[in-house]
Amino acid sequence: MIKVKLFANLREGRKKEVNFEFFEGINGRYILKTLNIPEKQVSIFLVNGRDKSLEEPLSNGDVVVIFPPVGGG
Amino acid sequence: MYGYAGKILRINLTDQKIKVEDLKTEWAKRYIGGRGLASKYLFEEIDPKVDPFSSENKLIIATGPLTGTSVPTGGRYMVITKSPLTGAIACSNSGGFFGAELKIAGYDMIIFEGKAPKPVYIAIEDDKVEIKDAGHLWGKLVYETTDILKQEYGDKAKVLAIGPAGEKLARIAAVINDYDRAAGRSGVGAVMGSKNVKAIVVRGTKGVSVANEQKVKDVVASKTKILRENPVTGEGLPAYGTAVLVNIINEHGIFPVANFQKAYTPEADKISGETMAKTILTKKHACFRCPIACGRVVKFKDGKEIGGPEYETVWAYGADCEVYDLNAISEANYWCNQYGLDTISTGATIAAAMELYQRGYIKDEEIAKDGLSLKFGDSEAIVGWTIKIGKREGLGDKMAEGSYRLCEAYGVPELSMSVKKQELPAYDPRGVQGHGLVYATSNRGGCHVRGYLISAEILGIPQKLDRFSLEEKAEWAKLFQDLTAVIDSLGMCLFTSFAFSLKDYVELMNAVCGTDYTEETLLTAGERIYNLERLFNLKAGIDSSQDTLPKRLLEEPIPEGPSKGAVHKLSELLPKYYEVRGWDEKGYPKEETLKKLEI
Repeated sequence: MIKVKLFANLREGRKKEVNFEFFEGINGRYILKTLNIPEKQVSIFLVNGRDKSLEEPLSNGDVVVIFPPVGGG
Repeated sequence: MYGYAGKILRINLTDQKIKVEDLKTEWAKRYIGGRGLASKYLFEEIDPKVDPFSSENKLIIATGPLTGTSVPTGGRYMVITKSPLTGAIACSNSGGFFGAELKIAGYDMIIFEGKAPKPVYIAIEDDKVEIKDAGHLWGKLVYETTDILKQEYGDKAKVLAIGPAGEKLARIAAVINDYDRAAGRSGVGAVMGSKNVKAIVVRGTKGVSVANEQKVKDVVASKTKILRENPVTGEGLPAYGTAVLVNIINEHGIFPVANFQKAYTPEADKISGETMAKTILTKKHACFRCPIACGRVVKFKDGKEIGGPEYETVWAYGADCEVYDLNAISEANYWCNQYGLDTISTGATIAAAMELYQRGYIKDEEIAKDGLSLKFGDSEAIVGWTIKIGKREGLGDKMAEGSYRLCEAYGVPELSMSVKKQELPAYDPRGVQGHGLVYATSNRGGCHVRGYLISAEILGIPQKLDRFSLEEKAEWAKLFQDLTAVIDSLGMCLFTSFAFSLKDYVELMNAVCGTDYTEETLLTAGERIYNLERLFNLKAGIDSSQDTLPKRLLEEPIPEGPSKGAVHKLSELLPKYYEVRGWDEKGYPKEETLKKLEI
């Protein structure tokens, strides 16, 4: 299972956490498409706390974290 | 002059004399205004070795050339002095409306000299400036002080004040303006208190002249459009405020918990900007001429609305003290505004006290009379100790000295998570190497905003850097530090840098002031300012031995979370940084650097 955590306005109309069933080749792009999140709405994409590309295949048990463009100080 | 008022108010508190001087335009050309120009005045006018609480120290309230104009976010002002917390130069930055009003009244800066024999406040109504007796205000909290002065001078008047903490010379005391905006860091409130100045009330009706009205109109329109269309400044910040960073920083595993003993917590979302928006938030709030509106207004217990906590406050009182209760954090923030305390240093000092208690240095018998716990996670404690610190009561008296002096009193200064005795803010440098370098080298001590490399290393603005890599971090640190010095000196808000690049600032400055800066000359002014601050510090006795980080962050790996195992590699970064800065191995600016910068 892949746990996906969403933040800020990505939570609007969606749950904070969404679980995906693992399959060989599942990656960020697939997750975004399924959740209907346009790529330009993604600023930070982390897998187990590290930056990863949207292409890279995930492993079973990975935790994915997605932030839209936000900032602060 | 355009943008600039061209006038300085020099107030000698000892002699009770007020003078209006011309602004030194030659210095303004090279040091811009605000932070830079006031630092130049301070550098030239005081001996950097003076005791910060002595009458020889000076306190400067400085606006930038763009403060009070129609430039988006053109409302910032700064408080510059020698810090009683760090012994280094202090330059504390604030928004709200006070700075704009001061400029509109016709003044670029106020320079306070000497010490008033009894508590006073300053009343400014355009050309009419008076030193008035503050006997009826001394001892009062900030809100009441502000209310009284606004009643007397009109609701349109703006008020800057210290609370009891500054009066009692708490080294972590802040200057508060417009009820809940703060020039927070470095104990500037205590310097104001040491001069017996309780408040400044200002009403300005003169306005600010600009070089080319149509040009300014056009440039302002296009720059405001950039801010509105940028997702950070146009959507994220107004919707969630700065506390949107809570989850971002935590998910990267660099959210300091329990005085930097840990750097990740599963509880973070409870105190995030998202949760604030769904619970205590009533509306957003903007400073003077700001289209971003990152400020928060939140519900208080008796149904009142109060200024809500920023990210740093949510961290310092939240994760750093392990209290995951937004109501308690909001209340602590409220008392910081009322007593006039820096939320970062106060929360972090309470966290240090909590670790001292955890490790048995502070014992139950010692705090029995205070009637408060020092256990991590106690939500009444963060509120109660803030008030004790504001009053300098019980252990609060020692805590009012800041975490370094507190920990030193128990023989363990290494438990203070500070640099140059100023408490570190809400990012664990072990997981962000460049940002840690900025912590170690910031001219005002432990500080995040003077070179906010989190922007690049975490948020990817202007480009994404690998936070664990050391490559080019020295160059990036210098760039961010120099650019920040520019923005601070202009009188604009640092958050514009999420959307602007250097050329936007050049266009705004030249349109308003009729100057002819290029990107190169404006950034060089920033570098000049940075080096001048460094010279001040070196003369004050703050040398490269203090360009360091707490031992814990250099030697103990982050124990768990997404950045598990990381330490900060400062010794590998610092020599390169000195080189890139044109300083020698001891961190002294080389002759050729000073010559090139025409310092």
